[in-house]
Amino acid sequence: MKKQPLSVTEHPADELDLDAEIEKFQDTGEKLIQLALKKGASQVEVGVSKDLGLSVQVRNQQVETLEFNRDNSFGLTVYFGHKKGVASTSDLSFEALSETVEAACNIARFTQEDKCSGLADKELMATEPKDLKLDCPMGVSAEKAKALAKECEEFSLGYSDKVSQSEGATFNSHRNLRYYANSHGFSASTPSTRHSLSSVVIAKDQHGMQRDYWYSIARDFNDLELPKTVGEKAAKRVIARLGAKKIATQKVPVIFTPDIARGLINSFCSAIRGASLYRQSSFLLDSKGKQIFPDFVTMKEEPFKLKGLASSWFDNEGVATREQSIVSQGILQTYLLNSYSARRLGLKPTGHAGGVHNLSLIPGTLSYEQLIKTMNKGLIVTEVMGHGVNLVNGDYSRGAAGFWVEAGEIQHFVQEITIAGNLKSMFQGLQAVSNDLDMRSSITTGSWLVNEMTIAGN
Amino acid sequence: MNDQMQQVENIFLAPAGVARADLEKILESILTHEVDFAEMYFQSSRHESWVLEAGIVKDASFSADKGVGVRALSGERTGFAYSEEILVPALEQAAVASRSIARLGGNGKVSLKVGNPVKPLYRDDDPLMSLNEQEKLEILNKLDAFARQLDSRVNEVIASVSGVFDTILICATDGTFVSDIRPLIRANVTVIMKDGSKTEKGSAGLGGRDNYHMLTDDILMELAKDAVHQAKVNLMAVDAPAGNMPVVLGAGWPGVLLHEAIGHGLEGDFNRKGASAFSDKVGQRVASSICTIVDDGTIAGKRGSLTIDDEGTPSQVTTLIENGVLLGYMQDKKNARLMNAKPTGNGRRESYSTLPLPRMTNTYMLAGESSPEDIIASVKKGIYAPNFGGGQVDITSGKFVFTTSEAYLIEDGRVTTPVKGATLIGNGPDVLTKVSMVGNDLALDKGVGVCGKEGQSVPVGVGQPTLKVDELTVGGTN
Repeated sequence: MKKQPLSVTEHPADELDLDAEIEKFQDTGEKLIQLALKKGASQVEVGVSKDLGLSVQVRNQQVETLEFNRDNSFGLTVYFGHKKGVASTSDLSFEALSETVEAACNIARFTQEDKCSGLADKELMATEPKDLKLDCPMGVSAEKAKALAKECEEFSLGYSDKVSQSEGATFNSHRNLRYYANSHGFSASTPSTRHSLSSVVIAKDQHGMQRDYWYSIARDFNDLELPKTVGEKAAKRVIARLGAKKIATQKVPVIFTPDIARGLINSFCSAIRGASLYRQSSFLLDSKGKQIFPDFVTMKEEPFKLKGLASSWFDNEGVATREQSIVSQGILQTYLLNSYSARRLGLKPTGHAGGVHNLSLIPGTLSYEQLIKTMNKGLIVTEVMGHGVNLVNGDYSRGAAGFWVEAGEIQHFVQEITIAGNLKSMFQGLQAVSNDLDMRSSITTGSWLVNEMTIAGN
Repeated sequence: MNDQMQQVENIFLAPAGVARADLEKILESILTHEVDFAEMYFQSSRHESWVLEAGIVKDASFSADKGVGVRALSGERTGFAYSEEILVPALEQAAVASRSIARLGGNGKVSLKVGNPVKPLYRDDDPLMSLNEQEKLEILNKLDAFARQLDSRVNEVIASVSGVFDTILICATDGTFVSDIRPLIRANVTVIMKDGSKTEKGSAGLGGRDNYHMLTDDILMELAKDAVHQAKVNLMAVDAPAGNMPVVLGAGWPGVLLHEAIGHGLEGDFNRKGASAFSDKVGQRVASSICTIVDDGTIAGKRGSLTIDDEGTPSQVTTLIENGVLLGYMQDKKNARLMNAKPTGNGRRESYSTLPLPRMTNTYMLAGESSPEDIIASVKKGIYAPNFGGGQVDITSGKFVFTTSEAYLIEDGRVTTPVKGATLIGNGPDVLTKVSMVGNDLALDKGVGVCGKEGQSVPVGVGQPTLKVDELTVGGTN
């Protein structure tokens, strides 16, 4: 359902004349590529970006911070044969840009010959521009932003007496214009918008304080969750943390809620990235064509999803992206390669310079509640802490918080414990994925049930 | 006469034809609203990095960034805008945006005076120019060669050096008119070591507010040794134990414990909002009586040190915990004003495009009386952890984690088998009450700390002597 567009005032993005700006970026981009070629570069790529936004944080119904963002950046990479130089600046005056070209060329005089370096091959460049509806009408003023954050906080605080205080509700709204061009003749301008609404709340009982949050993020303002939804979800989450207990050291099955399971998929993606492979520092070396997950797991990449948070018809090198299965029936179908890592490995680039473009794990039929029943006894992890993921050998050890489950029912909140295992066996030990998809990221999954992990506690 | 101020005005103001009187006028234009305080923060930043991999220096980059952030404070409210253009119209526009948090109806005169210069804690020349490009490449080639000659199982070496040269100018309605010039360099090496079917990684780094000349051959060799040693130890590591046990933390970088467990919880903003597990605990015992912890921004040349903070307040030594009792918080101007406290030189920001927050500088525990050997000998069964990766804390619940990158079992008072990386978890407000021995070997880290808060990264330092925590939860699998 479409709502009436709101009046637009006071947003830094209001001043953006998109067509004029695109023309200016194209003109500047072409001139700088020519300048670098004239200085002797054999290949060049440039990126220009402008970001205009505002952010309002409200606490106790008063504006705590009001920030206006205007960010510019320009970066270029030059190749003198197989020698590479990179430079960037935030100053978009032509003089500063020319100096930046000079700086990149100077660096390339000193870096050493690397046969694998250079732009991606010309025939891989994307040739079919697509309108992916990433630039949605803004419809937000500073006043409206304040009102939304206030309303969201009000719903958090008003949800229950158990919510003792707010740490702030925040509304963010940005419009971005990104331009990329290279000396193969590829160029593209991508305008996009992004809004988010969040609430952070604190609840208190005799054991101490707990803090939790919820947020919604979308390209289209009209796709954001309502302030009531965001505010109340934050409140429900923090109340559920009261009455926390530590549990004993033991081995049990574990459910990862979708926002945490997403982190496991992230680690998986890092392990099949070209750079991890050619450095031989991945626990998934030589795993293409092998069974990494159980056969019910399929992960699809959908770069052309309309309004998708990571949608793009080309990657960071101009290489065409494509719909593809990264994992099919548990078997790894492809590594994630840019042109450099592809050359290092003697393979073809896969359109993954800059990462994956919307990856979703196809969910099963179980609901989250059914997944908990299936586990029967174990731990639901709703929060992980720290950096204890070793991609070289897959070892996983992190701080965790969540819920203890017995007889298929949530018993109480659990904190100050760790969970440990190895990603390889966690992937193999995946029992089921429920259908409670979290759409707030470029990686989409439901909750995961993993057969066994070690919990360290009392 | 203040030479540095002259030099800094020449960078920001002279080229744009902005006079000191223009700055006063713009600040006064913000004071036409009901504003308590307003400030402009000018920053120019030059950054470079050089990376060696597979034996060749294949990546290098340079970036230049310049801009001004304008902030207005009114009660608890903050208005903020910034511009990459340092021209009067752009400054005026940012001023109008920042004051929009407050109603019309104020006035005030601003008179900017250069105060007495604070004695600088670091050199003021550009570290990027301290060596020529060929010499920078030489550093990387040495790191590569040293690491490979130390152990034939070294399969890959990734070495990097980077330098930052920051120049800032701060002017504010309270008359603040100060500048600072901040160099910062860093070298890192990561080795990947293979032994049969096993692969492990080891990393080491160091740096400080200095130039590349601090990277002598001896220092580079030490760095390569540290990285190779870590990889070697991890190749032999067995599964770490799981559960509660005594943990002995080594001197230096393991001070990341203090940064996470108590440091963040003592930052003014969280306490003003009552959101910290340490809120309202001043005067109470939060550590055993052998623990005294300070935040010290005044150590010459250290990575976390600052001559002045990003609000112009000279850095200082702030005692956070003295003999186990909580003394006070770390403050920036806003939170100090709202809490009737004094700024402590902890107002820091990542750049002109981000807001200052109360942040740590170099946080460490003072030396105690035990010898490290006696501390180890006192443990029947536990873990000895001389090196860590990063950590994280939940300020409100007080739960914090940090992950070992080198650790061993202690059995019957002796350090024995290496164990795999494990995350340790504890509760900030009571972990230090379980510190039963503090070593006499205080060391600061080698200058690699990066602290993240609200999406902003700033360089920090940590340190501590060897210390024994009677009980921490160790997140192994065994």
